[in-house]
Amino acid sequence: MKFTIGWLKDHLDTKKKDNELIEKLTNVGLEVESFENLSSDLDNFKVAKIINAEQHPNADRLRVCDVDIGGQNTVKVVCGAPNAKKDLLTVYAGPGSIIPKNNMKLTISKIRGVTSYGMLCSESELNLSEESEGIKELKSSNYSDKIGKNFFKSNTEKVVDLSITPNRPDCLGVRGVARDLAAAGAGKLKKISLKNIKKNGSQKIKVSISKDKNQGCTVFGSCLIEGVTNQESPQWLKEKIVSLGQKPISAIVDITNYVMLDLNRPLHAYDADKIDKEIIVRNSKKGETFEALDNKEYKLENDMCVISDKSGVLGLGGIIGGTRSGTEINTKNILLESAYFLPRSIRKTSKLLNIDTDAKFRFERGIDPQSIEIGLTKAAQLISEICGGKISKFDIQKISKHEKNKIKFKISLFEKITGFQIKDNEIIEILTDLGFEVSKKKFELDLKIPTWRPDITQPIDIVEEIVRIKGYENIETLEPEKTKIKDTLNKQQKLFHFLQRSVASKGYFETVTWSFTDSKINNLFKENLKEIKIVNPISSDLDVLRNSIFTNLTFYLKKNLDRGFKDISLFEIGPIFKNSKPGEQLTVIGAIKSGKVSRLNWNEKDRIVDVFDVKKDVIQTLVEAGYDRQSFFVRDKSPSYYHPGKSGSVYLDKDEIDPVAYFGEIHPNILKKLDIKTEGLVGFEIYMDYLRENKIKLKDLKTNFEYSDYQKSERDFAFVVDKNFKAQDLIEIISSIDKNLIRSIKIFDIYEGENIPQDKKSIALNVTIQSAEKTLGESDLEKINKLIISTVETKSGAKIRS
Amino acid sequence: MFDIKKIKDDYLSKLDNDLNIEKVNQIKTELFGKNGMISNSFKTLGSLPNDERKKFASDLNSIKDELQDKIDSKIQEIETKEINSKLENEKVDVTLPEREFNQGKIHPVSQVIDEISSIFSEIGFSVEEGPDIENEHYNFTALNTPDNHPARDMHDTFYLDNNKELLLRTHTSPVQVRTMLNGKPPFKIIAPGRTYRSDSDQTHSPMFHQVEGLHVDKDINMGHLKGCLNYFIKSFFEVDKIKMRFRPSHFPFTEPSAEVDIGYEMKDGKIVIGEGDKWLEILGCGMVHPNVLKNVKVNPDKVQGYAFGIGIDRLGMLKYGINDLRAFFETDYRWLNHFGFDPLDVPSNYRGLSR
Repeated sequence: MKFTIGWLKDHLDTKKKDNELIEKLTNVGLEVESFENLSSDLDNFKVAKIINAEQHPNADRLRVCDVDIGGQNTVKVVCGAPNAKKDLLTVYAGPGSIIPKNNMKLTISKIRGVTSYGMLCSESELNLSEESEGIKELKSSNYSDKIGKNFFKSNTEKVVDLSITPNRPDCLGVRGVARDLAAAGAGKLKKISLKNIKKNGSQKIKVSISKDKNQGCTVFGSCLIEGVTNQESPQWLKEKIVSLGQKPISAIVDITNYVMLDLNRPLHAYDADKIDKEIIVRNSKKGETFEALDNKEYKLENDMCVISDKSGVLGLGGIIGGTRSGTEINTKNILLESAYFLPRSIRKTSKLLNIDTDAKFRFERGIDPQSIEIGLTKAAQLISEICGGKISKFDIQKISKHEKNKIKFKISLFEKITGFQIKDNEIIEILTDLGFEVSKKKFELDLKIPTWRPDITQPIDIVEEIVRIKGYENIETLEPEKTKIKDTLNKQQKLFHFLQRSVASKGYFETVTWSFTDSKINNLFKENLKEIKIVNPISSDLDVLRNSIFTNLTFYLKKNLDRGFKDISLFEIGPIFKNSKPGEQLTVIGAIKSGKVSRLNWNEKDRIVDVFDVKKDVIQTLVEAGYDRQSFFVRDKSPSYYHPGKSGSVYLDKDEIDPVAYFGEIHPNILKKLDIKTEGLVGFEIYMDYLRENKIKLKDLKTNFEYSDYQKSERDFAFVVDKNFKAQDLIEIISSIDKNLIRSIKIFDIYEGENIPQDKKSIALNVTIQSAEKTLGESDLEKINKLIISTVETKSGAKIRS
Repeated sequence: MFDIKKIKDDYLSKLDNDLNIEKVNQIKTELFGKNGMISNSFKTLGSLPNDERKKFASDLNSIKDELQDKIDSKIQEIETKEINSKLENEKVDVTLPEREFNQGKIHPVSQVIDEISSIFSEIGFSVEEGPDIENEHYNFTALNTPDNHPARDMHDTFYLDNNKELLLRTHTSPVQVRTMLNGKPPFKIIAPGRTYRSDSDQTHSPMFHQVEGLHVDKDINMGHLKGCLNYFIKSFFEVDKIKMRFRPSHFPFTEPSAEVDIGYEMKDGKIVIGEGDKWLEILGCGMVHPNVLKNVKVNPDKVQGYAFGIGIDRLGMLKYGINDLRAFFETDYRWLNHFGFDPLDVPSNYRGLSR
């Protein structure tokens, strides 16, 4: 919403300075976006000096001039004027300027093979006079110190630009803004001065509002103005229109615009001679079409509110008029419309047809239904003053009454909500200034709400009116109380934060990427999850919600590899989506690691990252989070985007159904498809939702401290087993022999090759044996030894390696 | 019989010479070996008369101790020397680089969320969360923003179906709705999380982060709102004084509503919060609209309260001097390394929000 201070003062009697008014606007909730001079096309015209003028190499009548326009370098301009000589002061128009005479926009162009950057202007081109012979000559006494400055003085008034919230349609007109300022003590709201206009005869074009279901128009006011001479607007009107950065068109269009901007009362002017017999306001039928004033043809659906005549649709009520009945410069007779359209209907139609206009913007937010006549009066008066013509009586068709709504307001509510008190009289004064009709009962106010405030429907809205006009600075700042209702974080949230920092502490950089991704990449990772398309994606390569965190991680890994990084560790903790309903998402940690460990290290041999790097990170993270390593169970099943032979899944317990994590090498095919070039790429995922809560609290775990001081013994074994026999199973067999005695089992060698059959491997392990009750003697140990060997041999088919 | 005094003096002076370990061992044998001089002297004790024997034995013992000590210390001296000379050759260049280590980093958004949670924890708020996918009801209608409300245009919404029933939440406010529907007042929560709007340019990202705040109880008024935000902003920016301005504004789900500006000035091209006469808008807030309370089955005649919504990324940008919002989500390793935080830097009340 834009206006000048001058225009504001048409409605507000004030002695306040501009900056005080600006501050007041902000304080009452009308946010000032800017307060500045409008930049004008004329700012492109600069005072300039010809430094040098030479004959054009290819044209006798042209010169190539070096022109000083106040910058560091001169510019080259090709000029045909005979008076273009060295040292002449003149007017220069740069590329992009619009020449006032013919509205041509200048571009950088070649003239007979020489590039010209702009133009030197004649008086006629600048619309200063008819003089077109030669370029404008400026007196050096007046202009020699102004080279580079604007030639045209800026006479534009400063323009206020407000950002009006959708609840305040009344402030889409200058008068509404003035009313708020007046209520806030910045002046007095002036009365609207309307001269009595002469109305002759009735409005001859019949108007009817049809009784359709969900009729979007409830009032249609009109008057006929016959015998007008449409023309350019007078200067004062042009200036008003221009001051807002709009273009004057013709008096009739400018007047309807002016009334809309001034009073927030949209109007529409029809060429009455183009209306076929009568006006019918009705619902459209599917398939009807019309050409709108934006020169587009619209195909209508059922039940859109249209203004029509006998031949068909003239326009969409409250949204846009049609070309068929539009006014032109030679229009003689006008039908002026001032109507009320229901916001809901306007919104629905404009959404469906995707039209946005000033009128639509206003009707959608709610126009004052009682402003029909004032709008007609003001516009008719201006039209007859400027364009002449005979005004008919007003014809007002109504299908419903728009009366003022009433509210009972308990005065105490104000203090209850805002925490401070103001006097009843002040409340009454503020509300009265805002246009409320107030009558006071003992503790209550009976209020009639002004019809231009559709946003006010209940007592809380009245509180807001009073407090914003009184000023938010009156609200006290109360010390916050520290009472806690429940723990800041629940267990799951604590776990989230713990895992996040636990993974980061292993050398990974945390990243945050978008929850959506490229479906092409997502397809590589989505497994059997459903693809969730975004109906209106920001771009076609961000068209689905991610089914896996790896989609974005691999994408950005590639970008960093392309930046020249080689050894990259990245992770993200965030949502992945299983389906498109609220809650059908999982919180997952995804981490990837590329390149080598100890690259270019003087004392350690480098090696490519491998599955056991990520296995360590997963297991360590889970252990740090409080899960028991002893009960973890690893299977060699994993999603298809992992290397089938070098990946696995982790279960908190052998009996769990869902794995809590996957780890492994990323499938080489994926690297190929994504064109990722690295020596190695491994990754892991932890599914937070499958991590059960630790039931035992740490404080209870800690109290249970048991240890043995009896001597430990260690024994080494080597078993020859089938090649695909799992180490985990071997450990499980041994540890379950005697959980009390067997304290730890370490695998220290895996051997295949010489002395071992081809389909076998040797697993060497070290077992620590310790009793909680006594020091074990040689015979006890020997017994356990034998038991271990015999149990392993029976249960696994292994042979002890001698 | 030897002159043991002379033996002592001879050997003590011998042991003062620069000897190697073999030589010392030889001396040891000469004195204390089977036929050593001291050993042999002890053997003569029996042949001495009683009165002499006592004295001689006592002298002999003290000479023996003296020599023994001397030999021990000589051996120690030689060994120390040997170790030292051996270590002399084991010298490494300790200026060579240490073994490889990788410092991980926490993303600034996560760090700022932790900072915010820590601050609000101090004044009794707990953390709630909600889903990223919402339905139209929770995101709009329940928040007093019916379908025909132009305020919906202020949110450029990503939809997941053609009926515009399922969407990516445009703000964290639906968590208010979910929290109140699932519980009973009082409510005192914050809800940080991802939010989405189909808007993408230099200052807008299609995904960003917000934190919602909600405090509903018997007599919570706008003074409490001001106090809470004043406390938060001061704590977050770690300054003693803050200039804060409440401006009337409009959100469908609060009434009265306000936007909050904080004072700042530019010093050496950087924003300094808390001083200066420029204003920076940082959040929106207001008293929860009675319609919202009714929608979640809370009686607005019995309880009332405030809500607020703050842009997390923007707060982080202001505090840590990050210029470009979009860089938050572009995973540039250099950026993550520079703006990321050490995982051990957990913001907390007792250790301070930041180092």
